[in-house]
Amino acid sequence: MLDAKIPKGPLDQKWSTYKSTCKLVNPANKRKLEVIVIGTGLAGASAASSLGELGYKVKAFCFQDSPRRAHSIAAQGGINAAKNYQNDGDSVYRLFYDTIKGGDYRSREGNVHRLAEVSASIIDQCVAQGVPFAREYGGLLSNRSFGGTQVQRTFYAAGQTGQQLLIGAYQSLERQVALGNVKMYSRHEMLEIVMIDGKARGIIARNLVTGELERHFGHAVLLCSGGYGNVFYLSTNAMGSNVTAAWKAHKRGAYFGNPCFTQIHPTCIPVSGEHQSKLTLMSESLRNDGRIWVPLKQNDTRRPSEIPETERDYYLERRYPAFGNLVPRDVASRAAKERCDAGYGVGSSRQAVYLDYAFAIDRYGMIECNKQGINNPTKEQLRHYGVEVVKEKYGNLFDMYEKITGENPYEIPMRIYPAVHYTMGGLWVDYELQTNIPGLYALGEANFSDHGANRLGASALMQGLADGYFVIPYTIGNYLADEIRTTNIPTSHPAFEEAEKNTRDRIEKLMSIQGTESPESFHKRLGKIMWDKCGMARNAQGLQEAITEIRALREEFWRNVKVTGAINEFNPELDKAGRVADFIELGELMCMDALNRKESCGGHFREESQTEEGEALRDDDNFMFVSAWEFKEGYNWELHKEALEYEVVHPSQRSYK
Amino acid sequence: MEHYNMNLTLKVWRQKNEKEKGHFETYSVPGISSEMSFLEMFDVLNERLINEGKEPIAFDHDCREGICGACSMHINGKAHGPWAGTTTCQLHMRAFKDGDTIVVEPWRANAFPVIKDLVTDRSALDRIIAAGGYISVNTGNAVDGNSLPVEKDKADTAFAAAACIGCGACVAACKNSSAMLFTGAKVSHLALLPQGNPERKTRVVNMIAQMDKEGFGSCTFTMECEAACPKEISVNNIARLNAEYMRAAFTAEETMG
Ligand SMILES: Cc1cc2nc3c(=O)[nH]c(=O)nc-3n(C[C@H](O)[C@H](O)[C@H](O)COP(=O)(O)OP(=O)(O)OC[C@H]3O[C@@H](n4cnc5c(N)ncnc54)[C@H](O)[C@@H]3O)c2cc1C
Ligand code: FES
Repeated sequence: MLDAKIPKGPLDQKWSTYKSTCKLVNPANKRKLEVIVIGTGLAGASAASSLGELGYKVKAFCFQDSPRRAHSIAAQGGINAAKNYQNDGDSVYRLFYDTIKGGDYRSREGNVHRLAEVSASIIDQCVAQGVPFAREYGGLLSNRSFGGTQVQRTFYAAGQTGQQLLIGAYQSLERQVALGNVKMYSRHEMLEIVMIDGKARGIIARNLVTGELERHFGHAVLLCSGGYGNVFYLSTNAMGSNVTAAWKAHKRGAYFGNPCFTQIHPTCIPVSGEHQSKLTLMSESLRNDGRIWVPLKQNDTRRPSEIPETERDYYLERRYPAFGNLVPRDVASRAAKERCDAGYGVGSSRQAVYLDYAFAIDRYGMIECNKQGINNPTKEQLRHYGVEVVKEKYGNLFDMYEKITGENPYEIPMRIYPAVHYTMGGLWVDYELQTNIPGLYALGEANFSDHGANRLGASALMQGLADGYFVIPYTIGNYLADEIRTTNIPTSHPAFEEAEKNTRDRIEKLMSIQGTESPESFHKRLGKIMWDKCGMARNAQGLQEAITEIRALREEFWRNVKVTGAINEFNPELDKAGRVADFIELGELMCMDALNRKESCGGHFREESQTEEGEALRDDDNFMFVSAWEFKEGYNWELHKEALEYEVVHPSQRSYK
Repeated sequence: MEHYNMNLTLKVWRQKNEKEKGHFETYSVPGISSEMSFLEMFDVLNERLINEGKEPIAFDHDCREGICGACSMHINGKAHGPWAGTTTCQLHMRAFKDGDTIVVEPWRANAFPVIKDLVTDRSALDRIIAAGGYISVNTGNAVDGNSLPVEKDKADTAFAAAACIGCGACVAACKNSSAMLFTGAKVSHLALLPQGNPERKTRVVNMIAQMDKEGFGSCTFTMECEAACPKEISVNNIARLNAEYMRAAFTAEETMG
């Protein structure tokens, strides 16, 4: 059994006890200690700037041309914090409880409680940096509700919360760059971890402009490299998001936690054709006012306006009368898939359902007409006022929908379908965010730690910033305090030689194959296997097939991939090839993990484990653990388990009927 | 929305690296669906080039949702192409019709050297931010978020300025390659908020100095930047930048002393 090193004592005192007893590094010694940070999203930028402020010598890396473009920039809806500004009964405990329950009882109490504890300081820090959160007329911060919770604890900046939080962190990072505390390496990709005497001591990075390989020493290495949803090819992630940094660490011995835990978001713009390169999220907030339906008749090709009320199936309202359209993400996604698979889907692909605002427009129109004193309003008046209200609430999302589909969602119901969105799995870390390799840490979406089997909306931003601003500055000191006598290891050390050679050999191998199929094409094929067999619903037979198919794909890739261009130049095809190769290996592990976890929980739905009504059925007796996989030669993996102990919360079956 | 297919001619800037001279290359691109995004059309073309054993066209992109600021194509003489308030990645092919010829170039500015094909080096924008585009507050120093009320309209105006995605279209659209809209947006964002007040003077002076050092041109107020900006950042921010600069200049002794 794995030990997560959770401090002893009552739940609400673990973190304060830890902070007051962990080892410290004095300022003079901090200046001698070097820390490498991979990634400049919310987790990486907040960690790099905070460690720079403390006096450590930091090197930060990102593959984009600027640290400000990390995928965090795309987050829309908001960030949770237990401020209780609305006086509606929120508290640290409630945020903790909602997160544990939302994760379907597959996360650690100690970690999640700490997350809830530091959440309030995140908002304070961001406000101080000048993050322009939405405000009320009185000048105070505004909140909205989000994803199934009963309190209003979500802070937001229009539909661009991730952008504003990241720019805040990025500006702090640039300030440290200007002060010389952080050295920034943009357009660089980390391709290997360097290990010396069992500890992480540096990295090999490739300069993506010149193609040169570089060696960098660090007393510790932080992986803040984001999630791996792009293993499915199509997802709401940015095109460049990838697993390579985490995967290289995994192959050097870092355990991978719960790889199969994937979040599929119910409201995304559906695939429009073979050319599709990514999927666009439509914020969860749309389910507050929209009604979801499909035709009652199979293969109905009529326009939505031609389908009368009596021939529509509002299937969420029918199946879940208590929560209706507001069931959690995993439940809503599976219900949409069920209808489409049964032949009730809409649109040219038949892989979509309607999200209809006609009712909301009427309802808001009536309220407005009442306010204006218009008795017996005409249809046109109702519509006019209703559209105005909806525009103010959701205008930017409706515009985005129209740009992509060319359809006006005020007139025609939106077509939506679930899409891969977030990965709860990631590198296994202990309470200190340290992987099982000493000196190697994982923060943000790259680790597996806080969301169990399903993440609640608006809590990824919270976790990324908690890790970077408020957790790692303490926990890294506890490790580095014992490293003050380690002088910088020269990068001529044989371990650096070996790691660089390893990287170079692999790049040369990729370039030498000169087969007939592009990396992109292999990526698409992998994505299709993953989506069909390791997606919203999984079963033993499908997963076994997927494993066989992925192994064959890997073999074919290394025989037939075609990478154009040269090594020592700017070559996005080569970058892509390396990432796809890693995704293929990860895909196999995800299927193994999904096969091994014979229960359903959160976003992981095993068809063999469901209730009579088709709901997810957990198996706490056999699966109340974290799966932590160790890589072994020849693509074998050994499973380690970390038992999950619930001292405060009592796990129960989730029900939304 | 009716969908249609079209055959297009593309003239694309190809340049091996910063040192070598570039040139236009012409490609005929048949069978493009009106449902594709502009970058998906490039994906189709690139896949074909790879199959023909040629090098695909390099371009910057990441989110494909109009928010990261990576994509940056000059399309038919316009930064980000024909649609107002839209990034290249959000431009869709129904903006074009069968038989069209489309000319695609990288951002052109001395401060943005070409790295390859349509990819340029925009790190000068990061250095402008590093020169002062922040509020100096270390992690852990903050007071309670609600202890400092901000008038709603000020907060909203600050947000509108902070919505800049740092793509550089303003520079590419300006005949002087000025970065005044980019810099003005950041100075405005921070000057409008009470948190930004203590560093107001040094910030604007240092950011403008860095802007000049990077080789961006001066502003002659033709407002092409605003027209090209995919986030529709207002030129009022340039006016505010100028006012902030004057204010700082008039009280320079105070700042220095
Ligand atoms: C469309 C969308 C909307 C979302 N909305 C919300 C929301 O409203 N609320 C919420 O809480 N969450 C939301 N999320 C989730 C959330 O945005 C992410 O989980 C979070 O931002 C991840 O942050 P991160 O810092 O861990 O990683 P990222 O922001 O993904 O950053 C990864 C960084 O690592 C770098 N990197 C990766 N690999 C390498 C390598 N090998 N070498 C060098 N650098 C590397 C990248 O360059 C980048 O800088 C949303 C996600 C999506 C896709
Ligand atoms: S790719 Fe991100 S803005 Fe276009």
